[in-house]
Parts: sequence; C-alpha cells; structure tokens
Amino acid sequence: MDTPVRPTDAEGREILDSVVIRFAGDSGDGMQLAGMQFTEATAVAGNDLATFPDFPAEIRAPAGTTFGVSGFQIHFASHDVLTPGDEPDVLVAMNPAALKVNLRDVPKGGLVILNTGAFTPGNLKKAGYTRNPLEDGTLDGYRTLEIDVSKLVLAAVEPHGLGTKDALRAKNLWILGLLYWLFSRDRTPTVEWLRRKFAKRPDLAEANIAALNAGHVYGETAELPTGISVYKIPKAHLSEGHYRNVTGNEALAWGLAAAGRLAQLPVFFGSYPITPASSVLHTLAGLKHFGVTTFQAEDEIAAICSAIGAAYAGVIGVTATSGPGMALKGEAMGLAIMTELPLVILDVQRAGPSTGMPTKTEQSDLFQAVWGRNGDSPLVVLAPATPGECFAFAIEAVRIALEYMTPVIVLSDGYIANGAEPWSIPNFADLPAITVKFRQDPTGFNPYLRDPETLARNWAKPGTPGLEHRIGGLEKDFDSGHISYDADNHQKMTDTRAAKVQGVANSLPEQTVDCGDDHGDLAVVGWGSTYGSIQQAVRRARREGLSVSHVHVRHMWPMPRNLHALLSRFERILVPELNTGQLVKILRAEYLVPAQPLDKTSGMPFRVSEIAQGIRDALAKP
Amino acid sequence: MDTPQKLTRKDFVSDQEVRWCPGCGDYAILAAMQRTLPELGATRENTVFVSGIGCSSRFPYYMNTYGFHTIHGRAPAVATGVKLANPALDVWVVTGDGDGLSIGGNHLLHVLRRNVDLQILMFNNRIYGLTKGQYSPTSLVGAKTPSTPMGSIDMPLNPCAFALGANARFVARGIDTSTSTLGELFTAAYRHRGTSFVEILQNCPVFNDGEWEAVTMRDVASEHQLWVEHGKPLLFGKDRNRGLRLAAGGRHVEVVTIGENGVTEADVAVHDQTNRTLGFMLAQLALPGFPMAFGVLFCDPMPSYDATVGAQNADALTRLGTGDIDKLLRGGHTWTVE
Repeated sequence: MDTPVRPTDAEGREILDSVVIRFAGDSGDGMQLAGMQFTEATAVAGNDLATFPDFPAEIRAPAGTTFGVSGFQIHFASHDVLTPGDEPDVLVAMNPAALKVNLRDVPKGGLVILNTGAFTPGNLKKAGYTRNPLEDGTLDGYRTLEIDVSKLVLAAVEPHGLGTKDALRAKNLWILGLLYWLFSRDRTPTVEWLRRKFAKRPDLAEANIAALNAGHVYGETAELPTGISVYKIPKAHLSEGHYRNVTGNEALAWGLAAAGRLAQLPVFFGSYPITPASSVLHTLAGLKHFGVTTFQAEDEIAAICSAIGAAYAGVIGVTATSGPGMALKGEAMGLAIMTELPLVILDVQRAGPSTGMPTKTEQSDLFQAVWGRNGDSPLVVLAPATPGECFAFAIEAVRIALEYMTPVIVLSDGYIANGAEPWSIPNFADLPAITVKFRQDPTGFNPYLRDPETLARNWAKPGTPGLEHRIGGLEKDFDSGHISYDADNHQKMTDTRAAKVQGVANSLPEQTVDCGDDHGDLAVVGWGSTYGSIQQAVRRARREGLSVSHVHVRHMWPMPRNLHALLSRFERILVPELNTGQLVKILRAEYLVPAQPLDKTSGMPFRVSEIAQGIRDALAKP
Repeated sequence: MDTPQKLTRKDFVSDQEVRWCPGCGDYAILAAMQRTLPELGATRENTVFVSGIGCSSRFPYYMNTYGFHTIHGRAPAVATGVKLANPALDVWVVTGDGDGLSIGGNHLLHVLRRNVDLQILMFNNRIYGLTKGQYSPTSLVGAKTPSTPMGSIDMPLNPCAFALGANARFVARGIDTSTSTLGELFTAAYRHRGTSFVEILQNCPVFNDGEWEAVTMRDVASEHQLWVEHGKPLLFGKDRNRGLRLAAGGRHVEVVTIGENGVTEADVAVHDQTNRTLGFMLAQLALPGFPMAFGVLFCDPMPSYDATVGAQNADALTRLGTGDIDKLLRGGHTWTVE
C-alpha cells in the first residue's frame, strides 16, 4: 500500500495491486474464522491469494496475554501470489496483546485498526504495557483507525436479545464487515455461510449478520481519517479453469479418496490425533461413502499397525501423523519394509524436537523420513510444495506404494496443512488410473516372487485359495520367502530392498527448473513449503540481472535421476530449509556437490527478504 | 462350485519345521488348533493367524493358513486392520504374557474394549522365554530370574481379570496339556462374535519348568481345577462334592463341601457366564484355599466393532450415495476463470 502514485477507479476507489492483512486477537476472538471468511470473499472477488494461520497450541490461552494471541495473515493481489507476505500492510489488533506481538512486523505507514474497547488497564497490564500505546507515541508513523468495536457490536446486536458475552463474540464479524467495505468485498458468501452454520439458531445467525452489516455501515458513514480510503484490488490473471480454495490437509484427504477410486480399492486410514495432522482424519471420517474406512487408534503405533494389517488384507493402508508420532511409528515402518507391503504415511511436520512447538511449522523430519529406522530400511519419500500439490502427491504416493509394494512417506508441514491457496480443480476423468495386480495363481507361488522390472513382490491377499503363506519381520529367503538367517541371503535381500526403492526413480519425472535457466551462477534448491518464498526471491534476483535459478525437489527419496547432472551445471548451490541443514547434507553426501545451507528454525516460514539476502550473500562469497 | 473337500488336521500343518524347545507346551496347543479348525469347518484361505514377538508368536509359521508374524506387542492392532479391511476372514491372534501384557498391554486393552471380532490366545508361562528367562508381567512376586536375582518385586497381572476389566465380552482359561478342553475353548471362542480372550496356562520347560504344576499335575488336578459351565453348579473335587458358595451377599465366594455342616448341592452357586462380577471372582481364584477356575468364565456378546464399522459405512453410502470425486472437489465456493 505504499504505492507512491495512487490511481483510482471510476468509483473513486484507490487501486492497489497487492495487500497483506493480518488479523490478530485473543485465541477466543475468532480471528481464524474472520480470516477464513475474508479468504473466501477474496477468492470470489477474483484475486490470487495465500494465507498463513498462526495460532497458539493452547485452545484458550488466558485471555489478554501475549502468548494467547492468534493471528491469520492473508496476501491477495491482482498478480500471482506465492507467499502470505513478509510484512502486513494492515494490522487488525483486537486487544493490547495483539498489538504488542504484531506491531513490530508492520512497516511505518501501515494501517493499524484497533479495538479501543479492549484497551483497558487490566488488558494493558496483561499485555505487558506500562503505558497506553494509544497515547504514548507507540503508533506514531502509522495510520490508525481507533474504534471501540466492543461498544458498537453491543449496540448492533442489541435488538437480537443476546447476552453481553454472546454479543461480544460477534466482534470478529463487525471487523470483517469493515474490512469488506475497505477492500470492496461482497458480504453475501459470509451471510449465507452464517445462515448455514447457525441453521438451528436463527437468532445467532441474524445477530452475527447484524454485526457484519454494522461494521460495513460504519465504514460507509464514518469520517475516515486522512490517508485511508476504500481500495480496489483488480482481479488476478489466473490461468483458465475452475477454482476453489484448498488447504494442504484437505487436499491430502481428497487425494487419498481419489486414489482409492483410481485403484478401485477401499482405503483404510488408521490414525491417532496429533497437531497439525488431525484434520486429515476429520475430513476422511466424512468420506465413508467413498469407500474410506477411518479408525482412530489408541496410539500412533496402533495406527500404523492397523494400516499395515489392512494392507496385508488387500486394501490401501494409510496413516497420518506429525514428528513425535513418526518417531513412534518407526519400528512398524520397518515391518512394512521387511514384509514389502504397500503403505502410505503422511507426516505433517511441526517444530521439534520432542513436543516442540506443535502449531509452528518446520521441515526437520527429512532425515527421520529418509533414514530414521533401525537397520538398512529404504522407503520412498515425497514432498509436495504447496497446499494444492498435496492432492496429486497423495495419489502419487498410493501409486508408488501399490506399484512397488513399498511404504511411501509424504512430508507436508504445518504451513502447507493450514495455509490456503486458490486451486485449479482437476477433473477426475483426467487423473491416471492406478493398476493393481493381486496374485491369483497358486502355481509356483511364494510371497517373495518379484516383478523383474520393478522388483515388487507379488501381493497375495488372505481369502485367496492356494496362496496361504506366512510373512513377518524376520529376514526372508530370496527364493522361497521362508525365514532365513543365511549370510549371503541377507546381503542379497538388503541389496534388493535398496535397489527396489532406487528403481522407483525410473518411474519419476526428471527434475525441472522451477524458475530460470538450467545452468548458471547459483541454484537455489528447496523442498516442501518454502516454494513460494524461494520462487519470489529468485524472480526478484533475476529481475536484478543475477544468474539464479530455482530448483524445487519434490521426490526426496529416491531423488530424480537427473538431479545430479542438473546441479552440476551451477557454480554454486544454496539450500534454504526450515531446519538446521538436512537436504543440504543429503545433496552433499549423494552428489559431492558444494551445496551451502540457508537455515531457519523459528517456527515461522521464510520471508522472501531472508532468501533474497541469502542469494546475495551466496553470490558475494569469493 | 463343487462341495469343498472335508479338511483334516494335516491340511492345517505347514511345511515348516517346528522350532520350539522339546517339551514346550506350545506343541500341544498347536496340535489342538490343527485338530479343531477342520472340525469348525474353517478354511485355510479364510483363516489368518497374527502374532507379535516371543516364543508363542512363532505359531503362525506352523499353520498352513495365512499368517503374519508382526512386531512386539502389536498383533492386536495389526489384526484389527486385517479384520476391518476384510471382515469375512477368521482372524486369530497368538500372544504371550510378555508380548500381550507388557509391551502390548495398551493394544490388548483397546482391542478388548472395542470388541473386534478376533480370537486372542494368550500363552501364559509367567516368563520371557525367547530372551532367556527374565520375569514377565505375570511372574509372581519373588520370582528369581536373571533380571531379578533377589526376586521380583512387581505385582503380577491376572490376564483374565485384566480382560474382564477391559470389558471383554468373552473370557476363558485353559491348560496346554488339557488338549480336549482346549479344542472346546477354541470352538467357543470361534463361535463368539467379538473379541474372544483365551488364557492358556503353558509350561516353559527351559526357563520356568513346573510353574503351573500345583494346578496341572494329574494327582492334584481334580482338587485344584474348577471347570465351569454355564448353568451348572460350580463343583470340583475327585468326588465332585466340593463347590463354591456365594457369601456375604454375593460379594465373595467360599469353598464348601456337600454333606458337611448341612451343605447341600442347592447351596452351591450356579455358573452364570453373563455375570461379570462372578467372572471376576472366578478369574481371581487362586491356590492355596481355592481351586483355579477354567472354561468359559464370562461370555456376554454384543455387536462386534467390525460389524458396527461396516454398518456405519453402509449407512453413509445409503444416505449420501456412492461418493463422486468431482462433486467432492467442487463442494463449497468455487469460481471459474475464463
């Protein structure tokens, strides 16, 4: 919003190409809900967008405290949007704690909307303010809108007869109404949504709608301070297609349901609740009519073991978890590797170690995914880069698992899981079918007969006459499938398991360059949710004339066949990761390339500016 | 299809050499199983044995059926997945006191309360055999083992009481060498729809030889074993003249002798397998002073977990129709860019 020249449209609205808004308030103030509704309205208005919900692990942290502040950031624009934005142009602070936590991120000149009704002596103290920031110059240099939202909401919903407590809950909708007016959004989708949500309590629906409308009317009628006007953000030029907003966890769940249909097999999903993976379970639990059975197990180990049992019985076995749960599942993954059963494991990563920061994002499970089991225990690891890609990667994981009879891990993270983006909806008819072959013929059968090409063993499911067999975690004889302690056989089986997983690379697309040339001074190599920040930083560097390219790896293990050759065509390699350097070590170990790390472990995504600085530093090194 | 050929014991014997120690109680249990399955009309292809880790867990390798030798303690979880994926299968779980009650205690607890239609056989020898003789969760206080040279100080678990406490709907107890009654127990467990828990006292001749002798030796069996049967008086003894009488308003039981102190058979309690409180009392009877109870201590069926999961899935299908991926992806707000 710092555009120096301020064009306006025919209705006098100031035209902006890009805005970042952050909603901040108590975890009970409904900021996530306001953010998600704003996201829907923004999508309907035709802008591209990216969101970043950031909330505390506590469900209701003590009211008014800084650690109870919940935030939701949305970046929307008339051009393509790759990240939720480094710095908010607009900050909504519903109380002093929200201001305290977030003001430092707002550049001077930014707009700060404050609920003055919450700036009571008690709340100021809880937020750690010794003086009232509304009065002591803290807000100098910012444009502010100071409104006693609490009072206005009470007045707006009074005719609906709610108690003060219920009435104040509608503060978020009042603010939403004001922002809809400021940014020319249509209220209709939110009104319809409220009527659906409160179908059984029409009084609550109407009270919330009254609050929404009151916020809007306030904008229309109140005298706004100088420098604040109504804004118009023209539609973005998205590629043709049918769009919706999607979060990573939704896309994973829908991808699994679609994969079941493509393979014409039921899906069994065994899982244990864990942040930030639980919503995959919630979504799939509502998809029983897609041939999906969900099972909330007693713990992480039972969750994966039930999925392994289901895979043994001939369906698609899937489990989902986050870092601590991955650690617990390690032994069972080894069993799936040893018995060569198809299995999909979703790891929605979060900040660690141990319990770490459950609601904060990190990419620190890569080593655990690739190597974190006893014995030499290879499996396949995939990493979608965006919420929308989660759909295709859930399908890809099922395809590889079934085609190669192997466990496949999909590494998502908290940022992808909860962040939303417009997604071009695929047509089911365009998705590639997944071929499944169950063994039927008893002649010459043993459970470890392999496809000579993929090295996948044949899948014989219980219930098939003549194929009765026993498998388990003990080493198997290469030729008969019986238990074997033979030295040469163990060597051969270890080599075979590794070769099978490496062979998956033959069915993968070659690594492409996501931005820039296939050679040059610097390759910025990323994986997972850092995609948007890296992409934007690389585009910016290229506009400055730097010889930089973006290579985003999505097949983490085995890696694409041509990756080594591609990376060898760059002078330098920079690997930004939200960990202390995991992919960078794998690249160095596998390819002996001079890759350098760019690490961040704050629980927050990269800012574009951080990667841009990393690029300049990397190129400046002698 | 032709009438299936009647299967025999031999059909259920796999080609694998049995590798338990000579004299191990597991041999008798295996033989009883191989003999019983054909009598039940079970088929090889629809039978699955799932086990964890330990001596007992080698069992699946010796059955010519489907079998899955999984990881330590987790057989109930794997078996739950097998059964939910294909409820038509007969799924048996073979576990031991260490596998099932120590590392796998959590899974056993939950599979029992859920009532998944499985038969769980727990071979209880009160010792860790495969790791060479450490005390187990069922070892008695004072048990001297390599890890407890001064005697175990852990209070032991009673497997049947554990199962009853977890709200199991079928709890039975048998003895490895009492193979005819084992067959009957397997049959009752197989016919019960839901989780059937069967504890089998099993002798480990190498690390805990004679642990159950005071109960199982032929010369004491009639006095120290009480075989219960639904609707029949709780009688035992060589002359079947000793029995259990409910005392203190049914809060506990006492041993009485018919013909002594005016006691008649009418004073002896009748076994009611649907009475969980009675089941608890029977499960906890122990020497000295009481015989140990065997047979079906408790059986009170309710719908099995897998059946209810299937019913919910079917209900969703009826209400919502077969799911359509395109409709799913286009639910909620969508917009078109042209």
